[in-house]
Amino acid sequence: MLELAIGIILGGCALGAGCAMIAGIGPGIGEGNAVAAACEAIGRQPECKGSVTSTMLMGCAIAETTGLYALVIAILLIFVAPNLLVNVLLRALGA
Amino acid sequence: MKQKSIGFIVADVIYILMMILPFLAAITLKVLTTPLSDGVEITGARIFFTIPMPIQDLLVTESQINSLCVMIALFGLCLFLTHGLKTKNISVRQHLAEWIVEKVDKLVNDSMGNYFMNFAPFIIAILALSAFSSFTCLIGLFPPTSDINIVAGWAVLVFILITYNKLKCGPVHYLKGFAEPVAFLAPINFISEFATPISMAFRHYGNVLSGSVISVLIATALQGLSNLVLGWLPGFLGEIPFLQVGIPAVLSIYFDVFSGGLQAFIFAMLTMMYVADGFPMEEYFARKKAKQDKQH
Repeated sequence: MLELAIGIILGGCALGAGCAMIAGIGPGIGEGNAVAAACEAIGRQPECKGSVTSTMLMGCAIAETTGLYALVIAILLIFVAPNLLVNVLLRALGA
Repeated sequence: MKQKSIGFIVADVIYILMMILPFLAAITLKVLTTPLSDGVEITGARIFFTIPMPIQDLLVTESQINSLCVMIALFGLCLFLTHGLKTKNISVRQHLAEWIVEKVDKLVNDSMGNYFMNFAPFIIAILALSAFSSFTCLIGLFPPTSDINIVAGWAVLVFILITYNKLKCGPVHYLKGFAEPVAFLAPINFISEFATPISMAFRHYGNVLSGSVISVLIATALQGLSNLVLGWLPGFLGEIPFLQVGIPAVLSIYFDVFSGGLQAFIFAMLTMMYVADGFPMEEYFARKKAKQDKQH
C-alpha cells in the first residue's frame, strides 16, 4: 500500500511537471511574432538594425518570463516536491 | 617613456592576484568538498555550514562563497584598471576604463534621463556582478545566479530603490498612484507592485538554471549515445565517451556566455526602466519650483 502511495506521488509530480511546461507554447508564439516584426523592420529600414535588434532581445527576454515561471514550477515538481511529499506521507503514517 | 617604479609593479601584481586567487580558492574548496559520484546529478548549491540564528538558521552555501569571490575579483579589476591614471600619454587600461565609463554614462543617460546620472555606478556594478557571476560556470564553479536567494537579494534591493524614488513626492502622492487609472483597480496595482521583484528574480534565475540543467542533460545523453555507437571499439577505447568532446562546449557558448550576458544586461535595463518610470518627474519639479518661488 505504501509503494502505491509513493508511486502515485512520483507519477503525479512528473505529470504535473509535464503539464506545467505546456506554458512553453505561449512565449514561443510571442517571441516568434516579435522576431518576425523585427525582421520586417530591419528589411524596411536596414540602418536601424542595431537598435531594433537590442529592443527585440529585450522584448523577447521579457516575453520569456511566463515560460520561465512554468519552468521553475516544473523543476520544483521534479527535484524538490517528491522528497517533500514522501516525507509528509511517512510522517502522517508514523503519527 | 619613463620606467615604472617597483611600487607600481608590486601594486599591479597584488591587484592581478586579487582577481585570480579567489577563483582558485573557490575551485579548491569545491574539489575538496564535492563527493565522488558517477552518473547525472543536478543539485542545488552545496551547504558548507550553518550559523545558528534566532529566527532561522543562516546557511553558508557555495553560491554565497562564489558570489563573494566574484565581488573581490571585480574589486581587484576596478583597482587594476584605474591604477596610475594620467592626463597625457594614457595607457591601454586607462583607455579601457574610460571606454567603460563613457558607455555606461551614455546608456544611463539614454534610458533614464539626465536627472539619474548618479545611478551609473550602481548600474554598472549590478551589470558586472550579474554577468561575471553567470560566467563563473565557465571555470567549473557553481554559478551564484542559478541560486534564487542571490538573485532575489538583488531584486529586493531594486524594489527598495523603486519605492524610494516613488516616495520622492511624499506618501500621499505614492498612495494616489495605486488608484490610477480608476480607483477600483487598486488591489491589482498593489499586486503588480510586488510582482516586479518576483518576476525580476525568477527571470534571471530561471534562465541561468535552465541553461545548466539542459547542459547536464545533453552531456548525459551524449555519453549514452557514445556508448551505444562506439561501444564496439576494443578495450578501453570503447569506454571513452568521444561524442562528449567539443559538442557541449558549443552549447555552452549559447547557454552560459550569451544567455548569462543577456540576462545581466536585461536585469540592468529593467532596473533603469522601473526606477525612471516610478519617479514622478513632473510633479517633483513642479513642487521644487513652487518651493523656490515661495522663498524668493
